[in-house]
Amino acid sequence: MSASEPETFAQKALRRASGATHKLEPGEIVDAVPDLYMSHTASWRCIKTLEQLPGAKLLHPDRVAMVMDHTSPAHTSKIASYHRLCRDFARKQGIKTFYDVNSGIAHLVLMENGHVRPGDFIIGTDSHSTIYGALGAFGTGVGFSEITAAWVTGTIWMRVPESIRISINGDLAPGVYPKDLMLRLIGDLTADGATYCSIEFDGSHIQQLPVSQRMTLCNLAMEMGAKNAVVTADEATRQYLAEAGVEAAYEGRLVADEGATYKQVIDLKCEEIEPQVSCPHSVDNVKPIGSVAGTPLDQVFIGSCANAKYDDLVEAARILKGRQVAKGVRLIVTPGSREILEKISLDGTLATLVQAGALITNPGCGACAGDGGVMADGERTLSTANRNFRGRMGSYDAEIFLASPATAAASAVAGAIADPRKLIA
Amino acid sequence: MTNGKRIGGPCHLVLGEDVNTDEIIPGRYLVSIDPAELAPHAFEPLGKDVQAKLARSKVIAAGRNFGCGSAREQAASCLVGVGVRAVLAKSFARVFYRNAINTGLAVIESPAAVAAVSEGDEVYVDLAKGSVEVNGKKFDIPPYPAQLRQVLDAGGLIPYLRAEFQKRPADERV
Repeated sequence: MSASEPETFAQKALRRASGATHKLEPGEIVDAVPDLYMSHTASWRCIKTLEQLPGAKLLHPDRVAMVMDHTSPAHTSKIASYHRLCRDFARKQGIKTFYDVNSGIAHLVLMENGHVRPGDFIIGTDSHSTIYGALGAFGTGVGFSEITAAWVTGTIWMRVPESIRISINGDLAPGVYPKDLMLRLIGDLTADGATYCSIEFDGSHIQQLPVSQRMTLCNLAMEMGAKNAVVTADEATRQYLAEAGVEAAYEGRLVADEGATYKQVIDLKCEEIEPQVSCPHSVDNVKPIGSVAGTPLDQVFIGSCANAKYDDLVEAARILKGRQVAKGVRLIVTPGSREILEKISLDGTLATLVQAGALITNPGCGACAGDGGVMADGERTLSTANRNFRGRMGSYDAEIFLASPATAAASAVAGAIADPRKLIA
Repeated sequence: MTNGKRIGGPCHLVLGEDVNTDEIIPGRYLVSIDPAELAPHAFEPLGKDVQAKLARSKVIAAGRNFGCGSAREQAASCLVGVGVRAVLAKSFARVFYRNAINTGLAVIESPAAVAAVSEGDEVYVDLAKGSVEVNGKKFDIPPYPAQLRQVLDAGGLIPYLRAEFQKRPADERV
């Protein structure tokens, strides 16, 4: 596969997925063949939609991935019946990539278990499917009908996006994290600053980031409207894939060409970033922590596909060690996956969190999507998730602030929004 | 279903920028995929006044980035359940745009038409001709790609596929 003219990552990924023999231009619409169709809690919706296509058969059951993550374990019998529908369907259809309610958040579970490979084209019933770019894949969100359609046709139409390159260089100060970088970017570019576009992250800071923190970047890129986001697969990716048992998949990586065309190039210096907080009720309402510090809180949530990975929880525990959650504040910690829960239970992190007063819930989406940990009228939560829309966590009159796990931990101790840099020795 | 004809009617609801999916249909209602069941909860977080205006509208209008946020298809189908035929906005979030077409809801990107529209106006869309009409004043809109028009005309992706499948012999329905 070669084209004489330079291409972006998105041009290459969609050329591979569509089998096109020419260089694809932004705006072109292609029929692309996904390598994986991810459906999380929405799986039951896909199955019920399939019933509207009598006689239709799944073309590639091996490309179907189902993870029961948003409402798990079931808290109503209706949801339990949906889980059962998915379980039965997976068994009957021979779908091997089925993860039940004990597994965690779909995105993390699929990456940890080797289902996401560099260069793959992945569609998912979740807007944050952009996260698969952390392993060099092209991941994008679609509705449930489109997943059902892909099951039976094997293809989906995709518009070839323009690309934005975001170059992040230098080192972040202690107490400042990739989450802060992304919130700052979202605040600067706004909620539709990258709509329909593919984002490529590069620069010296990105190169030394572990895959888990690349996940945070690619996940949150969606909050600027991005179609997909990617970090070029490199040695860190290869090591992650090796741990997931699929090291050979590294060979499929795609690298954007020198001289490819970008709609916009953005440079960000890490030294200029301080802890950021996204304020109610939109993700791009971002302020430096100094201007909101002291805002009283009722609840702190450390969870979600953005920031409930192993290193996120270790960072929170580092701040909580030897300290206590403020009286009257509820700290909910929801590990992203069973694997992460196992790791923190073996290295003492879990004990530190519990000793500090945290309530630990089962791995999954949890409070981020309003499944447990909701708020009463007038309450306020600081969350490590990726969305703070009105009503997302209970009452329409409650407020959600977004920040890093370290800011969340420092704020839980203070009982109000607090700068983590003051607690990091 | 657009059937290639002019669609539209009264537009009693004109919203601002960045209307998100959680405001259109809160997550707690995603236990249903039936547009009729979803309809009473459309725009619930924005209050009863907004919901009353929605109920009287065949077209709704909004600013930039309508439907930002979640990939939930119900954000489009709940509007279909209410009886809305088209959404006119300065721009759309991409997943909402796809979901709208896939559920048979016309989505029209036209900042000029949005600037001209007020609550209570009559808005009509002619997708074949590529125009939108606000109280009789016409605005050109870029034509839909043919592929998307077919889906919209069929009433959405699944009705479109069903019709395609029925054209084929049973043993080729894969």
